[in-house]
Amino acid sequence: MLSRPASDTQITHGNRLWLYLLCGLVCLFLMAPSLLVIPMSFSGSRFLQFPPESWSTQWYDVYFDSVEWRAATVISLKAAVLTTLLATPIGTLGAYGIHVSRTRLGSLLQVVMMLPLMVPVILIAVGVFFLYAKVGLNNSVTGLVLAHSILAIPFVVVTVSAGLKSFDMNQEMVARSLGASRAKAFLTVTLPQIRFSVLSGALFAFITSLDEVVIAIFVARGDSATLTRRMFAFLRDQVDPTIAAISTLLIAVSVVLLLVYALLGQRGAGGGR
Amino acid sequence: MPGGLDEAAVGQARTTASLPITISGVTKSYGAFRALDDVSLEVASGEFLTLLGPSGSGKTTLLMVLAGFVRPDCGSLLFGEREIVLMPPHKRDVGMVFQNYALFPHMTVAGNVAYPLKLRRLARGEIEERVRRALDLVQLGALGERRIDQLSGGQKQRVALARAIVFEPRILLMDEPLSALDKKLREQMQIELRHLHERLGMTTVYVTHDQREALTMSDRVAVIDRGRFIQIDRPRRLYERPRSRFVADFVGESSFLPVEVAGGEARLNGRTLRTAEPPGPERRQFLVVRPEKLDLVADQDGAGLNLLEGRVKEHVYQGESFLLYVTLGNDVEIAMRQPTRREVLERVPEAGEIIRLAIHPEDTILVPEEAA
Amino acid sequence: MTTAAAWAEVGGAVNAEALRMQAAAENRRVLALASPGLILIALVLFLPMGWLFFLSFTGDSGFTLEHYRRMAHPAYRKTFTTTFEISFIVTAACVALGYPLAYLMSQIAERARPFLLACVLLPFWTSLLVRTYAWLVLLQRRGVINDWLIDLGLIDEPLRIVHNMTGTVIGMTHIMLPFLVLPLYASMKAIDRDLMKAASNCGATPVQAFRQVFLPLSLPGLFAGVVLVFVLCLGFYVTPAVLGGGRVVMWAMQIESNVALYANWGAASALGVALLIVTLAILWGMTRLFRIDHHLGRS
Repeated sequence: MLSRPASDTQITHGNRLWLYLLCGLVCLFLMAPSLLVIPMSFSGSRFLQFPPESWSTQWYDVYFDSVEWRAATVISLKAAVLTTLLATPIGTLGAYGIHVSRTRLGSLLQVVMMLPLMVPVILIAVGVFFLYAKVGLNNSVTGLVLAHSILAIPFVVVTVSAGLKSFDMNQEMVARSLGASRAKAFLTVTLPQIRFSVLSGALFAFITSLDEVVIAIFVARGDSATLTRRMFAFLRDQVDPTIAAISTLLIAVSVVLLLVYALLGQRGAGGGR
Repeated sequence: MPGGLDEAAVGQARTTASLPITISGVTKSYGAFRALDDVSLEVASGEFLTLLGPSGSGKTTLLMVLAGFVRPDCGSLLFGEREIVLMPPHKRDVGMVFQNYALFPHMTVAGNVAYPLKLRRLARGEIEERVRRALDLVQLGALGERRIDQLSGGQKQRVALARAIVFEPRILLMDEPLSALDKKLREQMQIELRHLHERLGMTTVYVTHDQREALTMSDRVAVIDRGRFIQIDRPRRLYERPRSRFVADFVGESSFLPVEVAGGEARLNGRTLRTAEPPGPERRQFLVVRPEKLDLVADQDGAGLNLLEGRVKEHVYQGESFLLYVTLGNDVEIAMRQPTRREVLERVPEAGEIIRLAIHPEDTILVPEEAA
Repeated sequence: MTTAAAWAEVGGAVNAEALRMQAAAENRRVLALASPGLILIALVLFLPMGWLFFLSFTGDSGFTLEHYRRMAHPAYRKTFTTTFEISFIVTAACVALGYPLAYLMSQIAERARPFLLACVLLPFWTSLLVRTYAWLVLLQRRGVINDWLIDLGLIDEPLRIVHNMTGTVIGMTHIMLPFLVLPLYASMKAIDRDLMKAASNCGATPVQAFRQVFLPLSLPGLFAGVVLVFVLCLGFYVTPAVLGGGRVVMWAMQIESNVALYANWGAASALGVALLIVTLAILWGMTRLFRIDHHLGRS
């Protein structure tokens, strides 16, 4: 096995052992922290230990019983859903407009829609905080959704643009030659076929909003804190084991979403649908 | 092809009217590049006209202008009496078949064909009836419920065709629809498309770069290069009487021999040529030598024909015919093609032999020297 | 009158004006499609940014450059040097760890790839707060790593690997690694495998083939990842705030404390504008130098 070739230049697996080892360590580095938190969240004692000396779901109970934690969760979920509902159509239409534009207007639009990714989040957070103070949107779900949406839109634009690139625009042309207006052709022919890209973009929007911390630090305080905001506050003050439980739940959400995203990717590429 | 044609379908189809097309002064530029340069063309009602040209000649651009997907810089487009150049594509009521079929993979065969009828809000029963008729017409009657990815290339092409004609458009546009098919299937489909056109009678504009296809299928062929029409003629005239070096070179194989024209006479290497028509006024022209128009003659024959002498360089056997490469007097090389019939094969000249070739005056064509 | 005659009469570009207007209308429709996004970005991005820019030049008595001048103050300079120092170290660490990983991912058999991809994607999709917290738990005085090392007898005293620069660098490397690996992997995947075969055939040893063929071709993707990571590090807030224990003050933290603690909008906005300019300058400069925009996934 070790003497079998592993590369185009006929390097064997044996020659590459050091590489496998190194990458194994890097993978460990990447995965270990998240994986270790999971069993630690079931620790029976007041301290986090690995491996836990006793097992208990007490920290989950604390989380579910706590009014504040529940309220924060609801706010986070509300914001994430609303962000997805806002950013996905906007991003999809934007990506479509950029894709069909023949002029330099399209490139300009693309740059503008990517700008939120290029500006450091701390700046967006501070700027938005200042703006919201003037219009009274601080500590409101609306304000949070608006800010999260501009973070999410670039992701939606990128995924939908990729989907449009591998879509045969001739089909839209055919549909129009057969009598469909531009809008009708888009809705009946193009959109059904890029739906996996659109859904992937929606997933990105959701997770971007759910995980977002920096903007929430400024714009979602006290009673209107999001889950991540509240976690951040607790992190700085004390290493509360409840956070381990919440982290595990969030990791589970990430795993589920990642699996859905992978499945969408396969369905999208496989059937050409 | 097997499979019964629905007689009623054929009869019904014959009543489809068709419209003439008038293209005037259409120009389209992309920056400094002129895709279409002031083109004008009239297509008669019910005619099958092919736009023939090399890649980048503008033929597809013109088709897209007709369909409404490319907006020209200026010009007029009339379908019948109506000016449609400003009309959006979905109102133009033309059928279009794309090179890669562009079938909707998320609908069945029947769904694809029904799509234009649904857009026109026909009654369900009417839609089903028309779809059935259209699929019968292209001999795919039994495949209505199939998914697109289950079809072969030839079948996909027929579905695309059925979809383009089901709403009875009076103009049909086709953009190299057969180029994705293999040779045998392509030649078969060429004849079928021709038959379909005869039955349905709609004005058809067909785009291809394959000159053989153009000659096979068309009522007229419009040769286009670099955004301009070079020659528009019936297939036979286009082939037998090319009016420019480009057409002689692009349509069929040709060698070119320089001739001097003076005093109404054309001279090749000092010898006067007999031509079917008087030569044009240009002093320097070219004799178009088509390989199949040449004939071997013995020394004493050849009266009344134009004669060439040369040495055989090599011969290449190609199955149904063979090619003879001959070097003429001033080191110019030409090719001659002969069918591989028994009596011909018996007297194939060897390399190095000196031979005499003859062209009939009717086949002696002169074309002017092309401006750069 | 036939059309040809009518056209000859007009003598020129028929319908040119009408066609031009139609084309312009089409452009406007494209704009309309993108307008909700543009409006949102204008309101929530441009407006606040503009305001901050304006604020950075505003003092108690109108226009002032004081906030910018103050950035030369030693305290601020420490923040800048810390920020750049950490950014360089983290970027270098990511390259050292990420390049081999991306290389392996792009070269191994299709079957083994999903596993490695999962190792990179799962952290990428996990909240950075969760990951930062995990490192806090791992690295603290009575955390997992120290406990293990003491149990194994390798050390007597717990190592101080958190609430300082070490912990910050470790945490940030962990967060940033996927940002380097993913674009690098994408660009490595696109390298034609036949090229390595051709190099072999020409007489290159595997090491030479890698150094002379593969490595240069992977550089654009590498630069894309490096720029991305560096720029993200400059403006990073959460991880240094949690793992730095207050001892590590980075640019973003300085901005936050100016707003939250001192309500010094002038200073905060000046710092912010400076950060933005540096970020954009780096992005723009690197993009021009290496044409890397298509490696970052922009269509």
